[in-house]
Amino acid sequence: MQLTGAEITIRCLQDEGVEYVFGYPGGAVLNIYDELFKQDKVKHVLVRHEQGAVHAADGYSRSSQKIGVALVTSGPGVTNAVTGIATAYMDSVPMVVLTGQVPTHAIGQDAFQECDTVGITRPCVKHNFLVKNVADLAVTIKKAFYLARTGRPGPVLVDIPKDVTQASTEYSYPKTISMRSYNPVTKGHAGQIRKAVQLLLDAKRPMVYAGGGVVLNDASPQLTRLVRLLGFPVTNTLMGLGGFPANDPQFTGMLGMHGTYESNMAMQNCDVLLAVGARFDDRVIGDPVHFQRADRRIIHIDIDPSSISKRVKVDVPIVGYVSEVLDEMIKLVEGSPQRPDAAALKAWWADIKEWQRKDCLRYDRKSKLIKPQYVIEKLYEATGGDAFITSDVGQHQMWAAQYYKFDKPRRWINSGGLGTMGFGLPAAMGVQMAHPDATVACVTGEASIQMCIQELSTCKQYHLPIKIVNLNNRYMGMVRQWQQFFYGNRYAESYMDALPDFVKLAEAYGHVGMKIDKPGDVEGALKEALAQKERLVFIDFITDQTENVFPMVPGGKGLTEMIMAEEL
Amino acid sequence: MRHILSILAENEAGALSRISGLFSARGYNIDSLTVAPTEDPTLSRFTIVTNGSDDVVEQITKHLNKLVEVVKVVDLTEGNHIERELMLVKVRAAGKDRDEMKRLADIFRGRILDVTDKSYTIELTGTGSKLDAFLMAIEPGVILETVRTGASGIGRGERILRI
Repeated sequence: MQLTGAEITIRCLQDEGVEYVFGYPGGAVLNIYDELFKQDKVKHVLVRHEQGAVHAADGYSRSSQKIGVALVTSGPGVTNAVTGIATAYMDSVPMVVLTGQVPTHAIGQDAFQECDTVGITRPCVKHNFLVKNVADLAVTIKKAFYLARTGRPGPVLVDIPKDVTQASTEYSYPKTISMRSYNPVTKGHAGQIRKAVQLLLDAKRPMVYAGGGVVLNDASPQLTRLVRLLGFPVTNTLMGLGGFPANDPQFTGMLGMHGTYESNMAMQNCDVLLAVGARFDDRVIGDPVHFQRADRRIIHIDIDPSSISKRVKVDVPIVGYVSEVLDEMIKLVEGSPQRPDAAALKAWWADIKEWQRKDCLRYDRKSKLIKPQYVIEKLYEATGGDAFITSDVGQHQMWAAQYYKFDKPRRWINSGGLGTMGFGLPAAMGVQMAHPDATVACVTGEASIQMCIQELSTCKQYHLPIKIVNLNNRYMGMVRQWQQFFYGNRYAESYMDALPDFVKLAEAYGHVGMKIDKPGDVEGALKEALAQKERLVFIDFITDQTENVFPMVPGGKGLTEMIMAEEL
Repeated sequence: MRHILSILAENEAGALSRISGLFSARGYNIDSLTVAPTEDPTLSRFTIVTNGSDDVVEQITKHLNKLVEVVKVVDLTEGNHIERELMLVKVRAAGKDRDEMKRLADIFRGRILDVTDKSYTIELTGTGSKLDAFLMAIEPGVILETVRTGASGIGRGERILRI
């Protein structure tokens, strides 16, 4: 049947099984919005800023196995969305962003609300398309979803000019799609896998380093099974938290710039390192020269060949979907008569236990001021460790990662790669839409929460009972920490002046607000907030301004050159 | 080290932008770039001359392969190959100098395509170093204008780049 481009857009979304579109209308997308209005299979969530729309689609994707969709208009709509798109790109989150564009005959003429969307987003998307002909629209949208979810996932943008949404053509949504120029390698090379398993079985001081790739590829069951089979220690990156249960005794904690002492020491002193779905990021390995000084063999499993040997030379690279490669490795390990060297492993674990005795995450529990770490611990207890936790960026993000023990993947939702302040609240909206009955908490700081604060209105409109845990230290905490350690306490522009009364602000948006400044009130406040199943609660915790995140690997230093908390 | 990358890509709008954007975004260098459709009009062939260590070129190649429109990437410098470049050069050639200029063009197997009483426009093809040598052979003051295409390359013998 003959359909307009706008009708086709909506039909494609329906045929893809999309439930929600996060968006904001505008001139270039009016036809699409008209068609959205006329049906009810695809529901629209109206945000208050396009950045919020993309972050919400992002949180929706990260917390589920579905693909979040955002819809924004041309020009300023696109430029507002760029931060969100780049955030998703840096963390390889599958997402489709539909953008309006001025009519094809007006492109390049500095039309009203025109911008070079494809040009501006090219470096921060997995791929983008400009649809010049309505006959290409359905196939392009099909390609967009296919590209978003396969290989290394990522955001894909489809730019749709207004006249294309008006023109008509015969609608047919392809059942399958294949692109001769796009064929990601998904099955690991059998020879490499055998080599890797032999290295692991021969290892004396093995370490497993698992990242976001395990979460994205839903490989947590395989990772858990393999690690338990082998009895090896395992660490997660910031993006990988929850990929292996944090409460399992084989877990040594997060590693990296603010990782645990034992994880970083084990990472540096192991003789065989199994890297799974992680990319040896600068926040994780510290100074690459120092990192590579260690005499160890590295096995690297990743879906993206360009991530392998990019920063650190590896010995056994394996390109493929992490879940499939791990399945093969489990078969080989189970089928092998050889078992890991029990005596060597015992000695290695003894070393690790010695490092764990440093108790690197201890903090002063006797203070009269609220310690931010304490709030996270109480949040963990009050939610039974089972909530979805989104985060903004900074000290609060690190404390949430350190003190909330994630046992399941897709529960920890934060902007790791780009480190986007303002991500937490709109991402929480996306998570709550994907999981309407779950507890969703946004751990944030008073600087970050103000960046997308307008989304409090969206939360009200859609009755999203998010719990905002605001760790308010009246500073941009992480900036202040660096200024204390490396800039002689010169706190340049890191003090948060003229803060609003957050309780009144939350109430102005129709939510519940609480202000807590005594440690004794923390637990009660959290319990009370969580009991409010229907309402968003903003808890403003006034925390100790002097707290710093420890351990810390200073920029440019080796992984084992950590600064530890002062002796208490 | 100098590397010549040959790339087969979908002949679509934006492919050139994407490929050159990749180089600039990641700080890789492009000495020269040439592109045109192949005998299959749906495919374009790019030849990019770049300079970098083996590690850097390996990264470049991996990133190029990641691009959705790129079908195949080959590093011609890894094996036997032929390189050719085209140059058009306009030189001042007046009075006594005209004979000498024609002789030099003949020695380099160039062809004179345009003639005025004061200038010649010479077409020269060959390797980049042959073209460089010609420009060195003639007096610098005499060169009015040069335009070069950058190197195009093809593998020798059975080394064939196709999909």
